[in-house]
Amino acid sequence: MTPTRKFAALGILGMAAGLLREGTATSAKAVNAVPAAQVVRITASKYHFTPDRIVLVRGRPAILQLTSADRVHGFMVREFGIDTDIEPGRTTSITITPGKTGSYATICDHYCGLGHDGMKMTIEVEEAAAKSSPRATLASASAAAKYGTSAPEAFIGR
Amino acid sequence: MRQRMDRRSFLRIAGTSIGIGVLYEFAPFLERRSEADEVNSYFKRVNGEAPASFTFAQFSDTHVGFQGPPDPLGTRAFESAVALLNKSPQQPDFVLVTGDLTHNADDRGVHAQRMQRFKKIAGGLKTRALRTVPGENDAALDGGVLYREHFGETHYSFDHKGVHFIALDNVSQGSPKVGAEQLAWLKADLARFPRTVPIIVFTHRPLFDLKPEWEWFTRDGHAVMNALAPYENVTVLYGHIHRHDVHQGGNVRHYAARSLIFAFSDPATAESKQPLAFNKEEPFAELGIRLVGESSANDETAELEVRDVVLAKAEFSGLSGMQQMIKGNNSMSGSSSDDAD
Repeated sequence: MTPTRKFAALGILGMAAGLLREGTATSAKAVNAVPAAQVVRITASKYHFTPDRIVLVRGRPAILQLTSADRVHGFMVREFGIDTDIEPGRTTSITITPGKTGSYATICDHYCGLGHDGMKMTIEVEEAAAKSSPRATLASASAAAKYGTSAPEAFIGR
Repeated sequence: MRQRMDRRSFLRIAGTSIGIGVLYEFAPFLERRSEADEVNSYFKRVNGEAPASFTFAQFSDTHVGFQGPPDPLGTRAFESAVALLNKSPQQPDFVLVTGDLTHNADDRGVHAQRMQRFKKIAGGLKTRALRTVPGENDAALDGGVLYREHFGETHYSFDHKGVHFIALDNVSQGSPKVGAEQLAWLKADLARFPRTVPIIVFTHRPLFDLKPEWEWFTRDGHAVMNALAPYENVTVLYGHIHRHDVHQGGNVRHYAARSLIFAFSDPATAESKQPLAFNKEEPFAELGIRLVGESSANDETAELEVRDVVLAKAEFSGLSGMQQMIKGNNSMSGSSSDDAD
């Protein structure tokens, strides 16, 4: 999918998770038609993803920025049609707009060693209203205080 | 389970019990058919070898070097399979091994030792001919370099008594894929055959989406199947999933072989992929055999009966009890405990 807008990062969440949000729309029409995108950074390393759980909002575009800290890994979410390698030294960006709520298993499908089988994470997709749940609000408030950003709207780290 | 097959198909598949592993028998139909005649004359012309009945065995996922809770017996199942096959009154023409011959090791020297040990055990087969493909444990971390040093190319093809065998490598690039280069090779390899040629593809991972979230798929498996689609008599044999499975996709039937190390959970009922727990009472349960045989026939169709056979402890008569087996195995050098993957 080709992004139609240019995005600027506004915040980073550290070891547990990362979520960058918001962007600069290139046209007013786009702003009206599509909600602002989430930008989520995910780091792969033997044998885990950081974060190992992210929450996206149904209908809201999300840009997954994938990097590797050590070697080539894979990133496969069949329901989203995502299946790519993550190479160290470069960022692989994937834009998706989740259409259904649910929990989506995400695996490393590039064999990376003896612990490869356990390298997985979960993508949760929730309705926009769910962002006001106590847990999500707590995480957002904490991130905003720590990084001085506007509160991420859809992040729960584990 | 029972499955119907086209009686007029050129190729039949039948299974014979060998204890562990799978022994296949392929018998070309004698029914006169222009396409069958075409295949017959092709093979006779090309290599002087017209179609004839023969058998071969399939072993899979021996994981030499693995020793852990799912299987504290290490290579005992593999060694038992060799012994049982050697006792068979009908020796197969060759043995296919569909990947993960060894369990991966971070140390290249240790991994090389495991490959040598595989060759030593397999060298005990009366049937000396061995045809292998790599699994991700054998070849994914170094692009297949070490595997090639010990076993040769990771993809190739050969003809045997009127059947065209194709070895496909869907592991050595790290990702579960065959890749553009190998796909081009496959298409060129197939181009010289008539559409009725019997083809057996053997590979490690399933070439269809069996359970993608358990990594039981091949990214470009659909491209492989598209290349094979014009051919009427295609069978795919594979491993990787450590359990029995039969899948029909179009004209192609896919058979998964059990492993010779431990079984994985049933994807239809389990929430996650886990090795089945070792059971002292049935030490090699789910490492058993698959029987495939024709059970009835009429003018146009035959039925294949596919039966699962769980091995009993009696299969290991001559060994003096489980404790001794475990004790003996623990004392063997070169074994290690690793993650079960």
